[in-house]
Amino acid sequence: MKGFDVTVKDVSRAYGSFKALDDVSIEIRKGEFFSLLGPSGCGKTTLLRIIAGFDTPDEGVVLLDGKNILPLPPDKRQVNTVFQSYALFPHLSVYENVAFPLRLKKVPATTLDAKVREYLHLVQLEAHMDKKPNMLSGGQRQRVAIARALINEPSVLLLDEPLSALDAKLRQNLLVELDHLHDQIGITFIYVTHDQSEALSVSDRIAVMNKGKVLQIGTPYEIYESPATDFVARFIGETNLFSAEVKECVPYEDYYMTTLDIPALGTTIKVTDYDNLSVGQHVSFTVRPEKLKITGDMPTKVGKDINLFKGIVEEPIYSGFQSKYYVSLENGTVIKVIQQHANYMDEGPDIDWKDQVYVSWSAEDGYIVEVVDR
Amino acid sequence: MNGKGQERIVKKKRLEPSRLVEEHKGSSGPYRIPRNQVFQDHRKFGFSNIMLVLVILFLFMPLFVVITYSFNATRGMRWNGFSLVWYEKLFFDSKELWRAFGNSFIIAITSSLVATILGSLAAVGIKWYKFKSRAYIQTVSFLPMVLPEVIIGISMLIFFTAVRIPLGMFTIFVAHTTFNLPFVFLLVSARLDEFDFSIIEAARDLGATEMQTLVKVIIPSIMPGVMSGMLMAVTMSLEDFVITFFVSGPGSATLPLYVYSMIRYGVSPVINALSLVLILGIMLIALLFRRFLKTIAASS
Repeated sequence: MKGFDVTVKDVSRAYGSFKALDDVSIEIRKGEFFSLLGPSGCGKTTLLRIIAGFDTPDEGVVLLDGKNILPLPPDKRQVNTVFQSYALFPHLSVYENVAFPLRLKKVPATTLDAKVREYLHLVQLEAHMDKKPNMLSGGQRQRVAIARALINEPSVLLLDEPLSALDAKLRQNLLVELDHLHDQIGITFIYVTHDQSEALSVSDRIAVMNKGKVLQIGTPYEIYESPATDFVARFIGETNLFSAEVKECVPYEDYYMTTLDIPALGTTIKVTDYDNLSVGQHVSFTVRPEKLKITGDMPTKVGKDINLFKGIVEEPIYSGFQSKYYVSLENGTVIKVIQQHANYMDEGPDIDWKDQVYVSWSAEDGYIVEVVDR
Repeated sequence: MNGKGQERIVKKKRLEPSRLVEEHKGSSGPYRIPRNQVFQDHRKFGFSNIMLVLVILFLFMPLFVVITYSFNATRGMRWNGFSLVWYEKLFFDSKELWRAFGNSFIIAITSSLVATILGSLAAVGIKWYKFKSRAYIQTVSFLPMVLPEVIIGISMLIFFTAVRIPLGMFTIFVAHTTFNLPFVFLLVSARLDEFDFSIIEAARDLGATEMQTLVKVIIPSIMPGVMSGMLMAVTMSLEDFVITFFVSGPGSATLPLYVYSMIRYGVSPVINALSLVLILGIMLIALLFRRFLKTIAASS
């Protein structure tokens, strides 16, 4: 791995009374595609700016390959940034924009030309190298910004919401390109985004942030399937989240079968969990919409680990590859169900608006998120 | 689920590409908007064409008259044959006129330079720094642009006499710098409105020191605004009559003042000759700088 590891240790930064970063510690490994994910104002951009050198923390250190980089000005750090607004120099052509860092270093003309062409080729922009930035499309500008940031051969590339100004289709394409680029050059990428699907699809690991704190660090799979807090569960993907109270907890194969009382559902449900929770404990329970089954008729095979509810479809939303249903249960609570359409001309289980349906899920598909009181 | 198989067959029928084309018979390739729906054909002697010719005549006839009569052999409006006598007089026997021309030139260059520097700095200061009297200064700086020139002229005259500065080149220079300032300020401000601050951080990030960032990024990217401000200032200064009239002293007449004083003793065809020389000169400059001006227009 060519990149450096980045260690953020106990970093805090406040603007007046607003705590942008509150005692944040993150370890980013060499060559990793690491995402900082969170809503706007969560501190992810502040952290990125601190690593780049545009902001200094009130407390804490940032280590790049074991050395503290906080005393260094931005131009002395082996870190380059791709800015949200692209930040291309409007008076320079695409070629000169990419050549800018090399011109500063007084690289000889022949080496410079070869290298600029190499990086323009990398982002497929050789055909546009004489154009000015204002003649390019958004996606092309973003590619110029990436080539310009990479030509210095940084150890770490910082990307500050690089795709947020582009339309959805283009965003998908560029995301794949970014992933390829990361595989090709193998340096550490730190990617800031508020878009959970972007973060899930390209990252090796993700740090989910909110209100200046890191809530969870893990692989996309870990973060999606076992969220550490209510916030993470709600922010990543869609979910049905309920507060619950533990009624019973008995060993079951190699984990525990837990019975939860959920006031919002007006009944108890069953869920498997690795922790032996004590009766009376308050917890949060989540089950992802795509793990629920929806049927028009009463399911024939109802095992003892199945949670089954009767309800009325309030809102069926067809979106091609899947359908989403808002189902109002008998006590009025609405839960979300998503059904994939795996076969051609699959319209799902003949369900329409105001139809009576059955919603069910197995105890293994639920998850106990956060032990509220401990 | 009944009848789903049947539905399936019906839905699977695709639109043939050839049928899509047939719907727009006659057009080759993708569908195009018929030409006549966008551009209406002009009638040769339609109202708009006639107006166009009339307006162009109205604008340029006087110039043609002036140019034609600069080649007249005598004074007056009667044509007495082609001659270059007025050009001879202009180039070899008009010392005063060329002195005035020189004055105008010196004033235009110096005042626009100073106004450009001050105006650009003012624009940068007001845009990038927050301070108390910011809005106030912004409003006041536009005053010279909206006030009638006569009032500016008179007030400057009163001021210069009050502080006992003798009227002459210096006072003209000060006056021109003053009324040029708001124009430069306005144009540079407009450029700064579009200035993306992240390019400063980008430059630092890519390895530029603070000084390199200033010289290689900040100044070049606001240069189009600065240059168009300066060109504006040169033009304004060259053609100003009213304010200059009030603040000029003996021996400091600029070209517009000199031409005015000549006309008082009857229109001399030397002025006609001068007009053509100036028109040609300006056209030459415009041609030479066309590329440069175009890039300014394109990037600002």
